[in-house]
Amino acid sequence: MKIKNLKDLEELKIKGLESLYPKRTKINVGLGTCGIATGARAVFDSIADEIEKQGIDALVGKTGCLGFCQREPLVDVWQPGKSRIIYCQMDPEKARDLVTGLAQGKTRKEWALCRMEEEEFIIENTKKKYSIKEKDGKDIPLYREIPFYRKQKKIALRNCGFMNPENIEEYIARGGYFSLARVLSRLKEEEVIEEIKNSGLRGRGGAGFPTGLKWKFCRDARGEPKYIICNADEGDPGAYMDRSILEGDPHSVLEGMVIGAYAIGSHEGYIYVRNEYPLAAQSVERAIRQAEEYGLLGENIFNSGFNFRIRISQGAGAFVCGEETALLASIEGKIGEPRPRPPFPAERGLWDKPTNINNVKTWANVPVIIARGADWYSKMGTAKSKGTMVFSLVGKINNTGLVEVPMGIKLREMIYDIGEGIPEGKKFKAVQTGGPSGGCIPSELADLEVDYEKLTQAGSMMGSGGMVVMDEDTCMVNVAKYFLNFTKDESCGKCTPCREGIKRMLEILDDISKGKAKETDLELLETLARVVKDASLCALGGTAPNPVLTTLRYFRNEYEAHIKDKKCPAHICPDLIHYSIDKEKCTGCGLCLKECPQTAISGEKKKPHSIDKSKCIKCGVCFEVCNFDAVEID
Amino acid sequence: MNDKMKRKVDLEKVINKYKAEKGGIISVLQEINREYGYLSEDALKLVAKKLDVPLIQVYSIATFYTAFSLKPRGRHLINVCLGTACFVKGGNRILEKLERELGIKAGETTKELRYSLDTVHCIGCCSLAPVIRIDEDAYGRLKQEKVPEILKKHK
Repeated sequence: MKIKNLKDLEELKIKGLESLYPKRTKINVGLGTCGIATGARAVFDSIADEIEKQGIDALVGKTGCLGFCQREPLVDVWQPGKSRIIYCQMDPEKARDLVTGLAQGKTRKEWALCRMEEEEFIIENTKKKYSIKEKDGKDIPLYREIPFYRKQKKIALRNCGFMNPENIEEYIARGGYFSLARVLSRLKEEEVIEEIKNSGLRGRGGAGFPTGLKWKFCRDARGEPKYIICNADEGDPGAYMDRSILEGDPHSVLEGMVIGAYAIGSHEGYIYVRNEYPLAAQSVERAIRQAEEYGLLGENIFNSGFNFRIRISQGAGAFVCGEETALLASIEGKIGEPRPRPPFPAERGLWDKPTNINNVKTWANVPVIIARGADWYSKMGTAKSKGTMVFSLVGKINNTGLVEVPMGIKLREMIYDIGEGIPEGKKFKAVQTGGPSGGCIPSELADLEVDYEKLTQAGSMMGSGGMVVMDEDTCMVNVAKYFLNFTKDESCGKCTPCREGIKRMLEILDDISKGKAKETDLELLETLARVVKDASLCALGGTAPNPVLTTLRYFRNEYEAHIKDKKCPAHICPDLIHYSIDKEKCTGCGLCLKECPQTAISGEKKKPHSIDKSKCIKCGVCFEVCNFDAVEID
Repeated sequence: MNDKMKRKVDLEKVINKYKAEKGGIISVLQEINREYGYLSEDALKLVAKKLDVPLIQVYSIATFYTAFSLKPRGRHLINVCLGTACFVKGGNRILEKLERELGIKAGETTKELRYSLDTVHCIGCCSLAPVIRIDEDAYGRLKQEKVPEILKKHK
């Protein structure tokens, strides 16, 4: 059916609510890429199977990712009249038990992550309270109270994990497409731009340019047609929130894009999806088809006379295509080489026409800002960074996952409150933000309030929101080397400072990690870093030295230890470490001997073993498999 | 019609599908690469001819993007994630283990065309680091000693 007016939308909303909150039990399984990687498909199948086998009156549904990836597979159980319970770390066997228990009215508290008694509908500014008759599972903590979720404020992630991304009616039920309806029926183009400008929303792809201003530039630019692009080439290693939004809530991005297109005066758009995200591309493709069927995309949207089409352009594996001018070249069917700006894409973009490019999260924020207003949005955050930001909290941290928090949150809160600290009682050393363009912030700066400006002042950057936590076992020279290796591989090769400069810097780092460097090499490294930063053509080269510069700034002593003492304090760099076996601790179980690929370990059964250092290739497998901490590194 | 001819017909179909699309050349190469596992010299030449672009341009696209291969690939594609989270948690150790097990380096294919080994910078499963992906299946929280049994699942 084609939706023509608000009444049509309201009707679909009722249908969507029935689907979200049916009059019988509904079991939802999180089937994002991260869920699937932990076996969520098998969990889904076993639930469906058991329901059928036992003839239980229940539905099984799919949702996107709830963000707490550490505890996947997540299963959430809706039962009318009861608290909603989210179960974690499920497997097919547990899932079958769960279904059997539900049929008998039992709750498996031991597997529960949390329970919900209400849900926030952020667009409508309401709390949907469940009508709970049976007080059940009282000792299960509430969703709002568990450390991982307590400080979160979900705007861009508002629907992820709470609805079926394949069902447009469920999106509508949660307030979706109402902002678009309002924009097309009541707001002038300039009013939309004004609202976004006043909200203070800045580009969530990393650079943080004010979104409303960007839209205005494109609207005012001469030339037809104008293009709208969603940059979903999420390439920063350690960041995956765009993937999660596209998989779990694709319509929020589409709705944002149509609103932007109307404001700018564009009738054609592209979503450029990263090659490594096949599931996200499928999800968006399905959403586009549905939106077209319902008259929310395509010709005469909402019967308003406004037309807008969206096409998908799939990347072919090139990190540099996240840079906007390289992305444009790629859509045009060329190799993804950036070009100098100005002219900016707002003036001369895709096929030399005015083009507006925003990141996935930026688009997903738009419908909420329209619904709740610029004032509400700009009350969150810091002086210059408004609203919320989605971070992927990963690495050496207890709670890993996607976290959406108001700008200005302290690093300390991210790591110790939301992330609940470092595993195995290790010491927190640094957090890396901004991917290969960012830097490492040391533990001394844990009170840093995270926003665009503060991160830049610390030598790092916001980037697309990756936050990789590092502990005392992480070697900072090795980290710098890792990122330079990455940018060396991904440099397109067009400009010399980036192509050659990064290689030379990497050679120095390599020497340092092998204990072959001289003290003067650090100065040379810093000089080279500044040249690459200043002279590169695009942001890839311009920011590539950041990981080196920040580690030099905060962890210079670690570099010096490699150079002067020929030691790697974190025991990582293979050329500067040796493995040995503690004769007191070794029980002679033979496990390391069996796993050693070099037959470097010898010893009789039940007697202490030893490592032949001349044969050892330092693969570390003995250290990993030893159950008695008998393998030592020095 | 022999096999080679049939292939050629299919290739032309793919090319025609995207011919009218502006910038469609990357889509053409993506579909051919998906269907055949790599881009043969013949395929590149045909694309150049049918789309009326210089062969050098087709070649430059085919070598710029990592999704394309100019050599036949193995039946199973192993991608070792070396994103930051995987790196911090020892992803390169997993890669080295695979290299030893398969007797090939990253970027290479085993002689009997069973496995191709590649690295990827982040597949977005950072919370499960270190991760590898074999064909469609991802394996998270890996340890070196688990690698042989996982390989056995993909023969």
